[in-house]
Amino acid sequence: MDFYQTDLSQLHDDLVNKKISATELTRETLDHIKGNDDQVKAFLTLDEEGAMKQAQAVDEAGISADQLLAGIPLAVKDNILTKGLRTTAASKMLENFTPVYDATVVEKLKQAGYVNVGKTNLDEFAMGSSTENSAFFTTHNPWDLTRVPGGSSGGSAAAVAAGDVLGALGTDTGGSIRMPASFNGIVGMKPTYGRVSRWGIIAFGSSFDQVGWLTRSVKDNAYLTALIAGNDEHDTTSSLKEVPDWAAQLNDSTSIKGLKIAVPKEYYDGLRADVKAVIKAALDHLESLGATVDEVSLPHTHDGVPAYYILASSEASSNLQRYDGIRYGYRAPEAKNLEEVYVKSRSQGFGDEVKRRIMLGTFSLSAGFYDAYFNKAAKVRRLISDDFTKVFKDYDLIVGATGASTAFKIGAEIDDPKTMYMNDVLTVPVNMAGLPAMSLPAGFSAEDGMPVGLQLIGKPFDEQTIYNTGYVFEQTTDFHQKTPQLGGQN
Amino acid sequence: MMASKITEQEVKHVAELAKLEFPQAELEQFTTQLGSIIDMFEEIANEDTDGVEPMTNATDRVNAMREDKAVKASPEETAALLKNAPDAADGYIRVPVIIDESEDGE
Repeated sequence: MDFYQTDLSQLHDDLVNKKISATELTRETLDHIKGNDDQVKAFLTLDEEGAMKQAQAVDEAGISADQLLAGIPLAVKDNILTKGLRTTAASKMLENFTPVYDATVVEKLKQAGYVNVGKTNLDEFAMGSSTENSAFFTTHNPWDLTRVPGGSSGGSAAAVAAGDVLGALGTDTGGSIRMPASFNGIVGMKPTYGRVSRWGIIAFGSSFDQVGWLTRSVKDNAYLTALIAGNDEHDTTSSLKEVPDWAAQLNDSTSIKGLKIAVPKEYYDGLRADVKAVIKAALDHLESLGATVDEVSLPHTHDGVPAYYILASSEASSNLQRYDGIRYGYRAPEAKNLEEVYVKSRSQGFGDEVKRRIMLGTFSLSAGFYDAYFNKAAKVRRLISDDFTKVFKDYDLIVGATGASTAFKIGAEIDDPKTMYMNDVLTVPVNMAGLPAMSLPAGFSAEDGMPVGLQLIGKPFDEQTIYNTGYVFEQTTDFHQKTPQLGGQN
Repeated sequence: MMASKITEQEVKHVAELAKLEFPQAELEQFTTQLGSIIDMFEEIANEDTDGVEPMTNATDRVNAMREDKAVKASPEETAALLKNAPDAADGYIRVPVIIDESEDGE
């Protein structure tokens, strides 16, 4: 089966009423994935045996009405640790790595009785915007197999878009959930920094990384995000704030009448014409639903990409020092002494993009360059964050495009890192400021027929306003009901 | 395009700091690419940041304390950890000889 015509609560009802068993549901899910994944290549590891075992356990225990997630098949990005199940971060460095513990988010899902069908592809160590940096293979966009799914959570996004699962876990350091969501016509939420524990996430940029969901619907996303959120003693940056039941607020009476929306001209003016037309129509629609829409400015937006790539690469260069070829991960077989173990293992184990980031970070932090690069970028980060704070004094929500273009062709940008980095111009400022933001389907390009994402950016810890707005938008449009025709043209 | 911001020598130096090595052909390519990205980094150089406090995190936590209590790993956990080691024997991780005996001064 595919998951196009259903949602979490519908599937849950079917399971509780025994219209289908968890075992049958998981079997059909795995069969669906096996039927299309040779084209889409969303999965690095399909865990048939483990998934069937989990489903059997759920069937044996029985599903009660309050266990919304019990027996529901979902997928996990392969930079999130799963105990006993190979976790590679799409890197040759971790090709044979089997975690000895679960990430906190996975532990919470296990307690809720989910069924993990497998681990999804990504750009190596989540560094990239297309999955082309995966050490193993490139994931294809289900809407057009010659195009990228976006990145770095491209496997998770493609799996959801291909109807493989209702939701897949992703991570977002500079747009890695929202951008692929936009490219695949699905919902992708990056919660507020600190909302979700990072324990067991393979670290990239620790002051930016956040876990979230790629889903078919806004309500499913709200439910699933609440389930993984909350303080965790293993992550000292995880917030002590209470996690609201966001999904409970999403119903027929949800309204955005009187909502004050700010549209930064930087998130609108430079868009490709076909994307701009879709975003314009979406903004008009929000206005027709009773929101006020004003143009504002986030004047430091253009500083986002350079400042982000300095800071995130610096953090990455530090985080990736742990891959030394000694305790776990790849070791160069010919290394003859300690220095060679380090240098040869890292040089052979990491791919080009990861090496570039390590080099950029090491450079930005090195003596003589620290003030001009790292420290300057950290100051610019403050300016970018202050831009948002100022706008949020007068507005409830910031709305714009997720990306300036639609999914590009595989191979089109991979040899030009700088152009690739510029894809993140509308997503990285959110990570700089630690804000929550969601991309949801806004329509399709009149030029190439590909999905376009609308980005909703909220105040810190105000995921509710984002979900309310996204829900009302979704319920009054039909873009989310369109599905890709795999193997044919759309 | 010639890179203006970083020389091949500097790239070699940074690679040493990062415990990476590049064959000559790759070194040239990396120097060009890094130079072009560092050029982009320069775009923030003219931003007025006088008196601006650097921002290095976005957490709402100031500090997080816990009891200072040791937690012992079980033998199963230790065995699982060692399974991930590239080379292990007798409960230890094995590495190449790191002391050159010919330079041993004893």
